[in-house]
Amino acid sequence: MFATAKEIVISARSLTKKYKDFVAVDGIDFEVRRGEAFGLLGPNGAGKSTTMKMIASVSQRTSGDLSILGKEPNTQGPEIRAHLGVVPQKDLLDRELKVWENLFTYGRYFGLSRKFLKDKVEELLEFAQLTEKRMSKADDLSGGMQRRLAIARGLVNEPEILMLDEPTTGLDPQARHILWDRLFRLKEQGVTLVITTHYMDEAEQLCDRLIVMDKGKIMAEGSPAELIKKYSSKEVLELRFGTDKNEAAAEQLKDLAERIEVLPDRILLYTQKGEDLLTQIVDAGLNPITSLVRRSSLEDVFLRLTGRSLVE
Amino acid sequence: MITQALVSQAVAIQERRSGKPGQAVYSGRSRTILERGFYAFKSSSWLIVISGFVEPVFYLLAFGFGIGQLIGDLEDGAGNLVSYAAFIAPALLATSAMNGAIYDATWNVFFKMHFGKVYQVMLQSSLGPLDVALGEISWALLRGLSYSLGFMAIVTPIGLVTNLWGLLAIPAATLIAFGFASIGMAITSYLKSFQQMNWITFFLLPMFLFSGTFFPVSVYPEWIQTIVQALPLWQGVELVRSLMLGIIHPGLLGHVLYFLVMIAGGLWFTTVRLKALFMR
Ligand SMILES: Nc1ncnc2c1ncn2[C@@H]1O[C@H](COP(=O)(O)OP(=O)(O)OP(=O)(O)O)[C@@H](O)[C@H]1O
Ligand SMILES: [Mg+2]
Repeated sequence: MFATAKEIVISARSLTKKYKDFVAVDGIDFEVRRGEAFGLLGPNGAGKSTTMKMIASVSQRTSGDLSILGKEPNTQGPEIRAHLGVVPQKDLLDRELKVWENLFTYGRYFGLSRKFLKDKVEELLEFAQLTEKRMSKADDLSGGMQRRLAIARGLVNEPEILMLDEPTTGLDPQARHILWDRLFRLKEQGVTLVITTHYMDEAEQLCDRLIVMDKGKIMAEGSPAELIKKYSSKEVLELRFGTDKNEAAAEQLKDLAERIEVLPDRILLYTQKGEDLLTQIVDAGLNPITSLVRRSSLEDVFLRLTGRSLVE
Repeated sequence: MITQALVSQAVAIQERRSGKPGQAVYSGRSRTILERGFYAFKSSSWLIVISGFVEPVFYLLAFGFGIGQLIGDLEDGAGNLVSYAAFIAPALLATSAMNGAIYDATWNVFFKMHFGKVYQVMLQSSLGPLDVALGEISWALLRGLSYSLGFMAIVTPIGLVTNLWGLLAIPAATLIAFGFASIGMAITSYLKSFQQMNWITFFLLPMFLFSGTFFPVSVYPEWIQTIVQALPLWQGVELVRSLMLGIIHPGLLGHVLYFLVMIAGGLWFTTVRLKALFMR
């Protein structure tokens, strides 16, 4: 089944979704290959969740082509969904049921036997660290626990493709790292991951390849390293001069760096050697209140592409 | 740790339906939705269940045995005299079936649609909207059926079921509950507020009072009779009454057909609406 390493499992051509006149996803093209971790990155309202829902065959596209495992979502929805694990952005737990019942009944929806699910539910409760909470109502869990339960639920049917819409939002740092670890292991077992996130470190850590979306369109595509190389410099120098003085300072700095971004609270200077540039600036008599030299990240790629910050 | 089979069971199960008609909307697993109903029901309030069941029993006591003493016997439509209690008992049985089904298919479904997220969860799995419609309608039907079984258990020992045909009142009640559950869920799926939901109650009360439940519809002028006869409760009351009084004639099949159409129509609209609401 995992014979051809590069088998395409999801393919979208001119994929478009309109809600009445509003275009939420605007003719995007992409492909996801088996076993890779594919990321969708973009600010609020970019169309990430809408794209995820179309892939998950719970939302019908307006136009374009979409194929999941060679199947057509409009006519083979249930068959496609049998292959998928879905963790929606909104947790959508069954609030009338207990924690374990949420996992069990969901497995039953797929037609899985009670015997199979008996063990599976235990395994997943452990996975989500919710064994002690098994008898609680789903509604009574904390936000992060609900998230973990939703993730566990997405694994009940042993999916080949796991769709995670902002999986770590609301998780504490420890739970977040545990989840990353689990996702890595699933990937090692050949599971294809499709992930949306606002967190740059998450995208850099988890995704082999990603698309950057904004206003329903794809702005760029590639591996995190490729994107950083293509759209940003090696290092970034961040300077703060104080809220009113940033604009004036920027005027004087703009010829010193490859590129400059003036944000409300700070100035970003793109350069190959951050420390050298800082020395140069201080020598020139400009005195920033704070300064920081760091490696370029996907955040910078995004800023470059859209002129806007990713986390608003 | 999480194990990963080569072809998961879920896929193997679903592939058996591949190529069958309706595969986009139906996976043949609405029973799993009934199961979910039982789990949710275990932790719900029994008081509501019981109150829905005792209502028709109170009507039977108050009207059948109270007012019935003032009225005396009635002509049953086939020329025989029957007691007033025996006249209204079948109508109350049909009403029990209706009440149980409607309660679940309207208020409970409304809650699940707008607050419970239950249908989004189901439709995210490999179930289709017709599975969900059929499962939820069957669940509502079960409540209707259990109310009418409870009612039968009370009226049979006190001698209000006088012949064997009366046993057919149970499948008839199932049919009635199915019809009301189906149409109830379909209508609910179009409603958006509690205010609109109250219209259902507003419509049900007069239908209960005037569908030949407590007196024959022959007291009305012709045109009102026609309207009443078009209403589902009258169809149900006529069906159950004829069976319980042993008046068997081919016209009963007309009532059965009425409910079959109601069931099919309700299922169709519910499926369409579930798709429109949760898979847009
Ligand atoms: N059901 C809907 N009806 C109308 N508009 C919608 C609907 N769902 C999404 N939209 C609109 O489509 C756009 C894209 O929404 P989407 O949820 O895909 O964004 P997103 O990239 O997931 O954003 P976020 O990071 O905030 O989750 C938004 O402008 C949103 O308002
Ligand atoms: Mg989203």
